[in-house]
Amino acid sequence: MLNFRLRAYRQWLKMEEPKWAEVGYPTIDYQSIIYYSAPKQTKKLSSLEEVDPTLLDTFEKLGIPLSEQKRLSNVAVDAIFDSVSVATTFKEKLAEQGVIFCSISEALQKYPDLVERYIGSVVPVGDNYFAALNSAVFSDGSFVYVPKNTRCPMELSTYFRINNGESGQFERTLIIAEEGSHVSYLEGCTAPMFDTNQLHAAVVELVALDRAEIKYSTVQNWYAGDENGKGGIYNFVTKRGLCQGINSKISWTQVETGSAITWKYPSCVLVGDHSVGEFYSVALTNHHQQADTGTKMVHIGKNTRSTIISKGISAGKSENSYRGLVKIGPKADGARNYSQCDSMLIGDSAGANTFPYIQVQNHTARVEHEASTSKIGEDQLFFFAQRGISAEDAISMMISGFCKDVFNQLPMEFAVEADRLLSLKLEGSVG
Amino acid sequence: MIIENSDVVLSVCDLTAEVDGIPILNGLNLEVRAGEIHAIMGPNGSGKSTFSKVLAGHPDYQVTGGEIVFQGQNLLELEPEERARSGIFLAFQYPLEIPGVSNLDFLRVAYNSRRRHHGLEELDAFDFDEVVREKLEIVKMDDRFLGRSVNEGFSGGEKKRNEILQMALLEPKLAILDETDSGLDIDALKIVANGVNHLSNPDNSIILITHYQRLLNYIVPDYVHVMEGGRILTTGDKKLALELEERGYDWVRQEDATEVVAR
Repeated sequence: MLNFRLRAYRQWLKMEEPKWAEVGYPTIDYQSIIYYSAPKQTKKLSSLEEVDPTLLDTFEKLGIPLSEQKRLSNVAVDAIFDSVSVATTFKEKLAEQGVIFCSISEALQKYPDLVERYIGSVVPVGDNYFAALNSAVFSDGSFVYVPKNTRCPMELSTYFRINNGESGQFERTLIIAEEGSHVSYLEGCTAPMFDTNQLHAAVVELVALDRAEIKYSTVQNWYAGDENGKGGIYNFVTKRGLCQGINSKISWTQVETGSAITWKYPSCVLVGDHSVGEFYSVALTNHHQQADTGTKMVHIGKNTRSTIISKGISAGKSENSYRGLVKIGPKADGARNYSQCDSMLIGDSAGANTFPYIQVQNHTARVEHEASTSKIGEDQLFFFAQRGISAEDAISMMISGFCKDVFNQLPMEFAVEADRLLSLKLEGSVG
Repeated sequence: MIIENSDVVLSVCDLTAEVDGIPILNGLNLEVRAGEIHAIMGPNGSGKSTFSKVLAGHPDYQVTGGEIVFQGQNLLELEPEERARSGIFLAFQYPLEIPGVSNLDFLRVAYNSRRRHHGLEELDAFDFDEVVREKLEIVKMDDRFLGRSVNEGFSGGEKKRNEILQMALLEPKLAILDETDSGLDIDALKIVANGVNHLSNPDNSIILITHYQRLLNYIVPDYVHVMEGGRILTTGDKKLALELEERGYDWVRQEDATEVVAR
């Protein structure tokens, strides 16, 4: 692992921070970031009862139902504070099925062969500036392994939280789904308010072998900065899934509501014939938030299919861009892609952009792209008001309708949570 | 219908209002009692639609003087949604499309906001379904319209029928129909007019804003007002509308001028 890190570090030193995204921010001083930060209690725990109650309180206050509700609703949770994993639940129950769910630091010690075989295989150390930085300094994250022909019996979930004001979070997640297996994984993120900007540079790698299916959902609510754009997380994340096997499927669903800046393109590399990639996204920006997010669908195998549904909502003075690449390689006979990118503007000072890149090198491929822009304006709100419906309710109804196609992809309880989160984020954004 | 000594529902006194600093209403007076149907006619730009928006409280229209009393309450103090909940309904000239929001959900939320206002329990989806199906009859609408997004892809006639469906559900005290007849073919006009007649009763009042006499063949007004220059020039019964149709608005203007000279 040390070699891996050093290789990444040396590459990183030679690289330059990317500037092509539609975002602006002051230069980051990489020397001043704290690269490792642990909550006081560092002993590894096996159940939530042993967790420091103040930590659990923090989760509760954030509205993260970590303990009982999750237990009842059958979700296993890995909780990561700053740089370390503080608890993972349901380990034994998962182990009965041969499913491994633990922090990546634990996995490195217990299953070094597995980790070293796959880590960096989807996102190479020198892939991009932030991935290289992550590869050099990553501390913790989640590791999931689902054995052959196993359907993971419960939703797996990780909650990330940055507690320390100067700290960066560099977590690494690796999910491996063996032949014929199935897993659904959820990621939630929060951070308290700080005036400084914190850096979050994560790497997520997914590997799906023959007929395996991975569903990866994110509800991201990092601190977005205040109304004047002070503070907030810089979220520079590399997420990529490799559909290595035939008939494999990787599906990304993301609800992005937080962070001062989001720079994130969960992608699928469709190598296996007949493999399927999906990307469903809702990105909401308000106040001074900036988001440049989208996906890459790289079709390599025959008859590979991909679907992109992106919904951008911009309010306040925020900027929201969709950036997506659909690439059909020369051998991808019969590949198909359907993309739909819709933007919704709230008020008069927000911006929305769409940057679709399409590269087709095979004449049998079919690529469709649709885009629309709509606006919630005074007249619509007046129409609702004239029927007795308040502006808040009107906006939340319109937003829910707009995001329906994406929310339908989330597990039920998280769809409800996401819906509520959006309404909360938009409170007072009109009128 | 004119009922002796019925309650005054709406009283407008010396109302002046402007849009973007341009005065549109210049001293409008109107009294509407329970059970009455009033038609307001007038040429383009006379201020008819502005009056309807001012009653409903559209934020683009600033009231600069005068008063509006609705059921004994100062209407100008109320927010648009409060006006709606207390019984003012505006059927829009151009009903908006709301993509992604199903008509059924929209109707239910609107219906329940009014119930809440009156201290009644909200209806759940099942009970509401029964209520709404009954009302569909009034405007001869198919239940397919409930599952579609509000007004999205509706024809002009369907949008107007949907407005009347909302009126049927919300049972307003005062309904203002802003050029509900515009863009309707004769069959749709009859359906809309029948719906309105069905909903008219001694307790509620209706203001019809229209350019044409045609609508008044189907919904018979108790009073016809002619508006010009942001105020009401003359008032009569439905014969006035017929006369207008024949002689045009210039005739009213001349009459008005002679009246002024005589005074």
